[in-house]
Amino acid sequence: MQTKTKELDPILEVNNLFASTEDLPILKGVTISVNPGEIHAIMGRNGCGKSTLSKIIAGHPSYKITKGEIKFTGQDIKSLEPEERAQSGIFLGFQYPIEIPGVSNLEFLRVATNARRKFLKKEELDTFDFEDLVREKLDLVKMDSAFLSRSINQGFSGGEKKRNEILQMALLEPKIAILDETDSGLDIDALRIVASGIKKISNENTGIILITHYQRLLEEIKPDYVHVMSDGQIIKTGESDLALELEKHGYEWTDNFTKEF
Amino acid sequence: MVNQNLVKGVVSEPYKYGFVTDIETEKISKGLNENTIRLISAKKEEPEFLLNFRLNAFRKWQKMEEPNWADLGYKEIDYQDIIYYSAPKQKEKISSLDEVDPKLLETFDKLGIPLTEQKKLTNVAVDAVFDSVSIATTFRKELAEHGVIFCSISEAVKDYSDLIEKYLGSVVPANDNYFAALNSAVFSDGSFVYIPKGVKCPMDLSSYFRINSGDSGQFERTLIIAEESSSVSYLEGCTAPMFDTNTLHAAVVELIALDDSSIKYSTVQNWYAGNEEGVGGIFNFVTKRGKCLGKRSKISWSQVETGSAITWKYPSCLLLGEESVGEFYSVALTNNLQQADTGTKMIHIGPKTKSTIVSKGISAGNSVNSYRGLVKMGSKASGSRNYSQCDSMLIGDQASANTFPYIQSQQPNSEIEHEASTCRISEDQLFYLQSRGIEFEEAVSMMVSGFCRDVFNQLPMEFAAEADKLLSLKLEGSVG
Repeated sequence: MQTKTKELDPILEVNNLFASTEDLPILKGVTISVNPGEIHAIMGRNGCGKSTLSKIIAGHPSYKITKGEIKFTGQDIKSLEPEERAQSGIFLGFQYPIEIPGVSNLEFLRVATNARRKFLKKEELDTFDFEDLVREKLDLVKMDSAFLSRSINQGFSGGEKKRNEILQMALLEPKIAILDETDSGLDIDALRIVASGIKKISNENTGIILITHYQRLLEEIKPDYVHVMSDGQIIKTGESDLALELEKHGYEWTDNFTKEF
Repeated sequence: MVNQNLVKGVVSEPYKYGFVTDIETEKISKGLNENTIRLISAKKEEPEFLLNFRLNAFRKWQKMEEPNWADLGYKEIDYQDIIYYSAPKQKEKISSLDEVDPKLLETFDKLGIPLTEQKKLTNVAVDAVFDSVSIATTFRKELAEHGVIFCSISEAVKDYSDLIEKYLGSVVPANDNYFAALNSAVFSDGSFVYIPKGVKCPMDLSSYFRINSGDSGQFERTLIIAEESSSVSYLEGCTAPMFDTNTLHAAVVELIALDDSSIKYSTVQNWYAGNEEGVGGIFNFVTKRGKCLGKRSKISWSQVETGSAITWKYPSCLLLGEESVGEFYSVALTNNLQQADTGTKMIHIGPKTKSTIVSKGISAGNSVNSYRGLVKMGSKASGSRNYSQCDSMLIGDQASANTFPYIQSQQPNSEIEHEASTCRISEDQLFYLQSRGIEFEEAVSMMVSGFCRDVFNQLPMEFAAEADKLLSLKLEGSVG
């Protein structure tokens, strides 16, 4: 059992992180700290480094950390493989979920869920028990069980792909979920479904980072903090009203901000 | 682009079947001439017609040239530097399995093919071939009760010589090609199957080919005859020890299907492939062909080719009977410096014949993997149809895949469909699976299995699971 004080330690701490891909610097000193129960939003123009930050936290091999650290529940995770990070409770909801022909969605979800359960020292689920679990979670995102028998994301509409991401989040029960533009390409109904799914899955022990361009998602899920990112740095941090300001003035408004950290 | 470091860090799985059985063998001396052939024939106490068949083939072979049209590169084979007959020394007459040398039984045990009465596989009859001879065949009595003959081809030559004389070389003539001619001249053993009229073979039949000695070639010959309205499912497995020399394997398989009969022939080929630098490994030059002689007869080939340094193999169907059906389902995986040139020929001769080709080639490492296939519609094949699908998957950026489809039609009233695709396991796909907690290797094997699913679905059940496992083993350490 974890003590109360331990629960209050940050789940994720990114300190002065610099990273590059093929010698091109993308992140230029990002610092962010997420405590249990907190919802953070990261906003910013395309190409500002938001997606890169999320991929680096998840362990994408194309990026190289040149400076700084990433701590997950107090541990430096730089040397961990992506699957080890996932098993320990880091979840990345992809902006563009990948299609994998031939691999059944159901099998994929089961293997992933069991990898996480194994890490948590929970019993791995057989096909039958897993089907019961997955059906229950399907309701959260209002998905039809027909999705399970298809190949991973193959032929899914944009909205279906995003719901499939949230379904995975529901099954994996991460400690921290970084959702990269989960709202893009969704109509209003789908956005509500996804948002309510996220809210139901998260609790006082989980941290959430929402990467988004729009206020719309933040109306459904109210963030505790909003960060504005520009050119590989977080240039401003505020509370949820900062998102409203951004919506009103556009990103040009942020061009005059100087780095606050 | 796949991160090479990520990929290279994976531990390599050694070839599990690379051991050598230390056993006293009877070998003839190296080299090939008419006397070699007479000697083999004499050792097997063969009838005159067979010796003549061999000599005729040998004379033709001498005038032929080794084919070089395949997309393969290998050092020249010295046919005089090969031993053409090698057999473990045994008692002259073996009346039961208990008399088989325990070392041989142990060898097959280790390969997962137990032969003894107590341990033998319960749902499949096995013919175990060790170098040049068949060691044992299980369930013969049970099969005989159904009239099914399953024995080594050497025994069949003695006991069913009329069938051998009638059908041997009737599908693959002695002068069909260079390697078939060589096999016809020197073949030592192999399996013989005869399914009588109206009989559905009560269990799967299987041959297991084991090359043990390093300097002898293996030239087995298989003949399967399915009489009217009969059916059989036949499986074939192969392994060999790890030697740093190359061993020649040149087999011939002939299938004959009469009216309304069906033959399903499945292969899992796992000959030693050589090491990472391409030293050693089996040269696998095989001619497999089935003749759908009868109306509505059906021959289905499924193969999982994972081993051998060189694979040259085109299991084919001659569709003579009206409404006969030919199928070819193939997974060919090459890794390191392996080279495979494999595919099929579907020759539509009779009217309303149908053929399906599904080929999945996976190339990893520095390997070369080619699909080569011919679909031919003869002038009488009206109303015939073919569907071909050839998919290639590349793993890493050093491997290559080719598709060479040949299409010939002399019949306007026939349909030929060909689909081909090439894909690469992308870093993003791998990352997606990994970011859900799935280990790198499992992620790769999930994608490879997914890619091969259409073919695995065609394999007998236990075989499919084994094939799946085999592919993941083969890919370990080299996926890039």
